[in-house]
Amino acid sequence: MSPQPLLSVADLRVGFATEGGRLQAVDGVSFEVLAIVGESGSGKSVTAQTILGLTRSHNAVIEGSVRLREAELLDAGEAELQQVRGAQIGMIFQDPMTSLNPVYRVGSQIVEAIRAHDSGTGKVAGRARAIELLDSVGIPDAARRVDDYPHEFSGGMRQRAMIAMGLALEPEVLIADEPTTALDVTVQAQILRLLEELNRSRNLATILITHDLGVVAEIADRVLVMYAGKVVEQGSLDEIFYDPQHPYTWGLLGSLSRLDRPRPQRLPQISGAPPSLLAPPSGCAFRPRCPHEFGKCTEVPGLEARLPEAPGHCDRCWLSPERKAMLRQVEGRIGLEAPS
Amino acid sequence: MSEALVEVTNLVKHFPIKAGVLIDREVDQVRAVDDVSLTVGRGETLGLVGESGSGKSTLCRTVLQLIPPTSGSVRFEGQEIAGLSRRQLQPLRRQMQMIFQDPYASLNPRKRVGQIVGDPLRLQDVAAGKELRRQVQELLERVGLSSEHYDRFPHEFSGGQRQRIGIARAIALKPKLIVADEPVSALDVSIQAQIINLLDDLQDELGLTYLFVAHDIGVVRHISDRIAVMHHGKLVETGTADQVCEHPTDAYTRQLLASVPIPDPRESRARRRRAASAG
Repeated sequence: MSPQPLLSVADLRVGFATEGGRLQAVDGVSFEVLAIVGESGSGKSVTAQTILGLTRSHNAVIEGSVRLREAELLDAGEAELQQVRGAQIGMIFQDPMTSLNPVYRVGSQIVEAIRAHDSGTGKVAGRARAIELLDSVGIPDAARRVDDYPHEFSGGMRQRAMIAMGLALEPEVLIADEPTTALDVTVQAQILRLLEELNRSRNLATILITHDLGVVAEIADRVLVMYAGKVVEQGSLDEIFYDPQHPYTWGLLGSLSRLDRPRPQRLPQISGAPPSLLAPPSGCAFRPRCPHEFGKCTEVPGLEARLPEAPGHCDRCWLSPERKAMLRQVEGRIGLEAPS
Repeated sequence: MSEALVEVTNLVKHFPIKAGVLIDREVDQVRAVDDVSLTVGRGETLGLVGESGSGKSTLCRTVLQLIPPTSGSVRFEGQEIAGLSRRQLQPLRRQMQMIFQDPYASLNPRKRVGQIVGDPLRLQDVAAGKELRRQVQELLERVGLSSEHYDRFPHEFSGGQRQRIGIARAIALKPKLIVADEPVSALDVSIQAQIINLLDDLQDELGLTYLFVAHDIGVVRHISDRIAVMHHGKLVETGTADQVCEHPTDAYTRQLLASVPIPDPRESRARRRRAASAG
């Protein structure tokens, strides 16, 4: 970890005034650069969008701090944010079909992104740059495909075009929100390799948002697990997979159907459903689904490092590390509880 | 293998590609299902995997005669059902039901849960009035919902609960065959396992036969007895679940399996090193 973080988020809280009252979507998040894992509604996308100021609206209450080097992004005006978006922090979205405009050529959309930040770029130079970018993300015959419309691209090619657009202004940080969820596994593998290569060759810090622990294992360095708007555990990739401290993480790891292991009689499950963020349970949000709940769980645990040997590995669970090491062993592997 | 419930022989489904201004002429065909033969044994689960566009869903729909095949034969309990009229198919429909991928799109938002689950029973004249209500409430409880959910609307439920409603509707007529087209891919990870376990329990209890389609090979391997792999409309490999996953013989199946991410950083790194040194 570098002494001065490139991007740091501290105590971020995002609340939306909804019909049902104030809703805490993101609550006290602190991180540098990593993969964010969680289920739908856990607040992972809201976190990413808030970094870029995309959740600002009349009914949103945003507190905390989002810093890019020295600059505080939460205080930045819309004009300042426009300079950050794309140029310093690029973003790619989950669904490449709905994030590309169907009536404009793919190349024109990339050129538009470049010219929005640098009006000095001419049409010819912009087009040449678009071809170069499409080529760099592995679109074959880019000089010809640059004039195609989005519908002429396959799903994987559209996602590559989105990545090309995200990279057009050479940002330092790339936020990828479920970039492979809509894709077939063979294409997913290619896109993950591409992101990994960009991360290395361009020193591109990447925040990968996903619900898929397989994807996380393939490319993440650090992992942040979110549940009901809160980070419940964060640590290095190996810490999360081999020494997970939060029961929710155990449940996620346990319910995976792994191809490289003999299949269990029954798939271990996490019973119940994620809580409504309008009426979250008091104390630990995972309490109603947790078989290891005890008296202390009615208080919200802080996100703290509880293992002396791993200061970067934090979690929100009251159980002692010794108890956890014992409880998470279910039928010879990590899990929440034995399947019923 | 046990006695066959469904036998598909040389099934073909082509969609015409048409061009022309006033008079359409067929310029080409999409071979969505291209000479597929397979059998599904009574009480077994056949998993169907393949990428989007490989013809999985078209195969399912053709097997159920929701769309007529271009050619080939589909036998259900020994009876040829390809080419039967709607009227002739009507009594067979109750034997074959479907569970859909998107629990948001597959339930009519204007109908109450009781009506959604009860409609198959009503339409096939199985039950009416109080008896219908009793049976529906029993079904709701069977799939892990509560009988009080009878008068609620679909929007009041989460994705996982909606999928349970879809399952209750599918088992209402006590069918022999259930075709499940990506039944868990729209659900959260922690809910997927619940639904898979429910489908497992129902199979044991009701002696169901599943044709289970998914792109998540891990899930398919867990639930299936045998797996069939589809690619460009053709079946490229069929075998027991462990055979196909552990000793695939077809090149495409191997490529597909190699692309599945391993949720284990050490294994995943080792695989990447192997891939790098190999090529």
